[in-house]
Amino acid sequence: MSDGIQPLEKQTHRISHAPLLEVRGLKKYFPIYKGVMRKLVNSVRAVDDVSFFVREGETLGLVGESGCGKTTVSRCILRAFAPTSGEILFREADDRVTDLSPLSRPELRRFRPQMQMIFQDPFGSLNPRMTIFEIISEPLFVNGLRSRAERTDRVADLLKLVGLRPEYMQRYPHAFSGGQRQRIGIARALALHPRLVVADEPVSALDVSVQAQVLNLMLDLQEKLHLTYLFVAHDLSVVKHISDRVCVMYVGKVVEMASTKELFQAPRHPYTAALMMAVPVPDPDQRHIIQDLPGEVASPANPPSGCYFHPRCQFAKDVCRTQTPELREISPDHFVSCHRAEELQLAGIKENKEQQH
Amino acid sequence: MSTSVEPVTQSNTAPWSHEPLLKVEDLKAYFFMDEGTVKAVDGVSFDVFPGKVVGIVGESGCGKSVTMKAILQILDPSARIVSGKVTLRSRLNSQDPNSLEELVDLTRLHPNSRKIRKIRGSEIALIPQEPMAAFSPVHTVGNQIMETILLHQDVSKQQARQIAIDVFRSVGISMPEQRIDAYSWELSGGLRQRAIIAMALSCNPRLLIADEPTTAIDVTTQAQILKLLRRLQEERQTSIIFITHDLGVIAQMADEVVVMYLGMVMEKGPVQAIFKNARHPYTQALLRSIPSVQSTPRLKLPTIAGSIAHPFNRPAGCPFHPRCTHFMRGVCDASQPGLIRVAEDHFVSCFLYSPESTQPAIPSTEKSL
Repeated sequence: MSDGIQPLEKQTHRISHAPLLEVRGLKKYFPIYKGVMRKLVNSVRAVDDVSFFVREGETLGLVGESGCGKTTVSRCILRAFAPTSGEILFREADDRVTDLSPLSRPELRRFRPQMQMIFQDPFGSLNPRMTIFEIISEPLFVNGLRSRAERTDRVADLLKLVGLRPEYMQRYPHAFSGGQRQRIGIARALALHPRLVVADEPVSALDVSVQAQVLNLMLDLQEKLHLTYLFVAHDLSVVKHISDRVCVMYVGKVVEMASTKELFQAPRHPYTAALMMAVPVPDPDQRHIIQDLPGEVASPANPPSGCYFHPRCQFAKDVCRTQTPELREISPDHFVSCHRAEELQLAGIKENKEQQH
Repeated sequence: MSTSVEPVTQSNTAPWSHEPLLKVEDLKAYFFMDEGTVKAVDGVSFDVFPGKVVGIVGESGCGKSVTMKAILQILDPSARIVSGKVTLRSRLNSQDPNSLEELVDLTRLHPNSRKIRKIRGSEIALIPQEPMAAFSPVHTVGNQIMETILLHQDVSKQQARQIAIDVFRSVGISMPEQRIDAYSWELSGGLRQRAIIAMALSCNPRLLIADEPTTAIDVTTQAQILKLLRRLQEERQTSIIFITHDLGVIAQMADEVVVMYLGMVMEKGPVQAIFKNARHPYTQALLRSIPSVQSTPRLKLPTIAGSIAHPFNRPAGCPFHPRCTHFMRGVCDASQPGLIRVAEDHFVSCFLYSPESTQPAIPSTEKSL
């Protein structure tokens, strides 16, 4: 697991153009009941008309502040939640495209091995009473690999793949550090050769010195196993580091989606620009660039009229207060939902050329 | 125990301005548990000068929060200050900025003594990490702030309410007259954090300890809070000890930086020196391994091998040696390096810089970030 200082080479990985996953008009409302009669008074629009796609072999970063619905989106895709409406189109290896949203539990079984999840909390997501072998081999057993010897071999391979020693197989999770546990979580997610891996904040609970190890491992595995990642995180620097394309969400809606480079260098939505300016840069010479955004994230139970961002937007005009902007493609592969996207000149983040990363 | 502290020197503030407000010397705080002793803080020294921001940065288990608790004498029952000195220049009358000063060794005060209780809140105030847990949910925030004010200042209830409203306004809470009667759960995350800061500032402390004040909140709110703290610090000339694991926040806020690892100071110095000219292998590796919004996407990051040792079996010698790329057998694992001065105000705890070292000192990372 000690990968030491890595050679600073550019990653090469294949991205095909066909989307592996396409989400169209996804909505998930959580009802709010009140009183003894459990009368429906309102609903939390956790995800409100979200559309995006993930190409095979790429990493799509889903980023936003708390309450923006990024976790709800990822759970709907894995069908841990049943969406209120919308389509979740998943392409199987034989190019059959299926809408997952209306499927029942037995119908979903066929898809479960193809999409797996890496969880945020490496301490809460591993059962403390199961050994590492039991944790990683459980999905294998459930999906029909009954021979213990075969499972042991497969678990040993998986542990090696994520940089852990196979001898650790009989230990319990408490014997491992946070970073090692996250590797175990990754091994479990990869046990069934998934094609889509949904990683929900996989490094936010880790120490900074361990974060880099796990991020590098995820990049390595993607190259080796031709994985597709949906990487959900709130930390822009982590998202920038791992993603090919980034999708920014705000109060249940997608505000901008573009390639990582383009999004960071030339954001077209005021919220994206504000989000990037708010990140503290680890350079004492650049203290001036940190800028704050007035106000607070709107409540998804009671969102503002028009564009949800307008009360905090310095560029808001009358049209922003009344009309909800649609997500539209303003240049190839760059989607924005802002009425004024064409006219605004927003500052992005300059790439640090001197940096040796 | 508490009565043994005598005023050492008394004078006006003016000749003191270049003396540290708080001086931590070789502070050791251990946890005594059934499984063994955890040396959570093991010989930490740093100075806090008036009007300066000291950033303490480190990963989990490095003892940054225990240091803060030891200074305030609010350690858990299983922990104890073993040795060391924490000297505060305390004002005899905490509400009078021109009051005479005395030097108080906080480690010698009993945790329940009247003296330390007077210091907490009025001279050293804490901004805790969890804004949700810091307020009582069954009292209004105004009530809780007024309680602090009434405890430390000789004012009436009406005046205390007015002070609370003023301090609410100064931290940028709109409609302070109404918000003061709100309960903490009625406030949003950002407002709650502002209310906590207001509470900490209500008695005009000269030293603020901010323990990860922005980790639980969103990035746009974090930027607001950082700006607010910076503005308040400039207006009031408050000293701040800023504890965080986020190097970005440290670079934005601190004047001096203390880098800790497993209870020890690895490196300390001015913020420019730490970020532009880091000397300790740990600091250098840490700076290299963080992804930045300014770096190129999808490049592999240099990492630090291994993981942080469990506090029960901390490595002998330099605590970082099992993960260090400059490890010298028989030197680093044999004894602990002391702090070595490499430049004015810049100290490193590493054998590479000791005068007896035969190894050539590693070049500094001029362009580390």
